[in-house]
Amino acid sequence: MFLFVVFALIALAAAVGVITSRKPVYSALFLLLNFATLAALYIMVEAQFLAAVQIIVYAGAVIVLFLFVVMLIGGGELDDIGGRNKKFLARLTWPRGIALVLGLGLLVAVGYGLLSGQLMTATNDAAAFGQGSVQAIAAVLYTDYALPFELASILLLVGMIGAVALAQPPKKD
Amino acid sequence: MDWISLILIPAIKSLILVIVLLTGFAYATWFERKLIGRFQQRIGPNRAWTFGLGHPIADALKMIFKEEIVPSYVDKILFVMAPGLAIVPALLIFAVVPVGPNITLFGREIPLVVADVNIGLLWVLAVAGVGVYGIILGGWASNNKYSLLGALRTSAQMLSYELPMGVLLIAILLTTALGTADGAGTLSLVQIVNMELPWYIRIWILLAFPLYFITMLAETSRKPFDFPETENELVAGFQTEYGSIKFALFYMTEYLHILGASGVAVSVFFGGWRGPFVEQAPILGVFYFAAKLIAMVFLFIWVSASVPRPRYDQLLRFCWTFLFPVSLVYLAITAAIVILL
Repeated sequence: MFLFVVFALIALAAAVGVITSRKPVYSALFLLLNFATLAALYIMVEAQFLAAVQIIVYAGAVIVLFLFVVMLIGGGELDDIGGRNKKFLARLTWPRGIALVLGLGLLVAVGYGLLSGQLMTATNDAAAFGQGSVQAIAAVLYTDYALPFELASILLLVGMIGAVALAQPPKKD
Repeated sequence: MDWISLILIPAIKSLILVIVLLTGFAYATWFERKLIGRFQQRIGPNRAWTFGLGHPIADALKMIFKEEIVPSYVDKILFVMAPGLAIVPALLIFAVVPVGPNITLFGREIPLVVADVNIGLLWVLAVAGVGVYGIILGGWASNNKYSLLGALRTSAQMLSYELPMGVLLIAILLTTALGTADGAGTLSLVQIVNMELPWYIRIWILLAFPLYFITMLAETSRKPFDFPETENELVAGFQTEYGSIKFALFYMTEYLHILGASGVAVSVFFGGWRGPFVEQAPILGVFYFAAKLIAMVFLFIWVSASVPRPRYDQLLRFCWTFLFPVSLVYLAITAAIVILL
């Protein structure tokens, strides 16, 4: 329990760091810290495989790509994000308005789920999550959930082919 | 009683591992300088003590006592943090590599591995993936265009070569299904080393080693793939602005990566600590492991002394148009073999 509180606090602090950092590189690094603490939380509920995948996919690839992009388009300090000197309503342009509405919607949905207990159906008993070993996950993934698994991989394949198609130089007739 | 096996023994094992790795790093540099010297028909370091064995210690002292310079135009936090971020994953890789069979000490059965976790090889991939941050951040924080170019090259190089490396490892993991009792296979390096595989499968695994070795060279940024620091194009790449002990940490990282990658490769391809008479005297296993590890490090140095560096675009094209497809074909054939047997 003590470790959980420590990691949860680090994760929350990192999440706040992501949106308050003024340098994009620092935001990406806070996100990395957040993912790492999530992996630690997975390990605490005996989901070692999930933790490893979390690190390999998010820490090892996604954030590296973020950094890559930030560095290529210039990772300097954002000057005056959205006009800090202006009044609140003047800063509320339409993309920010949409983001605000969607963010509040998510917060309400998650909050409702937590308070009504619908997100808590699984007990936080380690034994309930004890099936997190590679063998257990693989057995379920390739038998009961084989179809969703294959569909998800086709989705990724479509994304990949789309990226290759977009990267092709246009044909000259 | 319980805390001894839960905390004390792993703590002692980690401490010994770190000390051995750091000493190993120091003498890996000596080994490399000596060998490169011989390859180039020189004698190599021979001033400090017999055979120049004192050189690593002298180098360490020199690095520690040099002036620490943090240039004024760098991002200070990340600049200082980067070498630490680089070296920690490099030290962590070895945690899942078994260096010997179980030995009995003070009436206690002690496995010679720091952590036998069920995710085994995934741990190696995860830690290796995180290892790239030290280099990327070091290059970016230096605020120097050569450093940044080196860092960007590193991230592209490592992300690209992780793919064939991962695919080859998946293929080898598939063969472990033939070695476990329930046919489910395993990710644990301890079990991979312990496993009895038919001789033809062993040979089939060895066939993948040349490909795997190339990906290892690229992942550890060793010559001929040392593009993060290509001195004739990028001064010293991501570490241009680093000096004294911070440079030494990057330097250590490079050699620790070699040791870690060699340890994993020895366990996966060459049976780890196994050798004749290990059943009778388990401690022999440690020596076999060390001998195989040194042979692997020798291979690294041999290649670096013999092969010229390609161009950067050649490196990436080689990965995507040759290495990756070939490793996919290897994976497909392995899968077919495992299903048919």
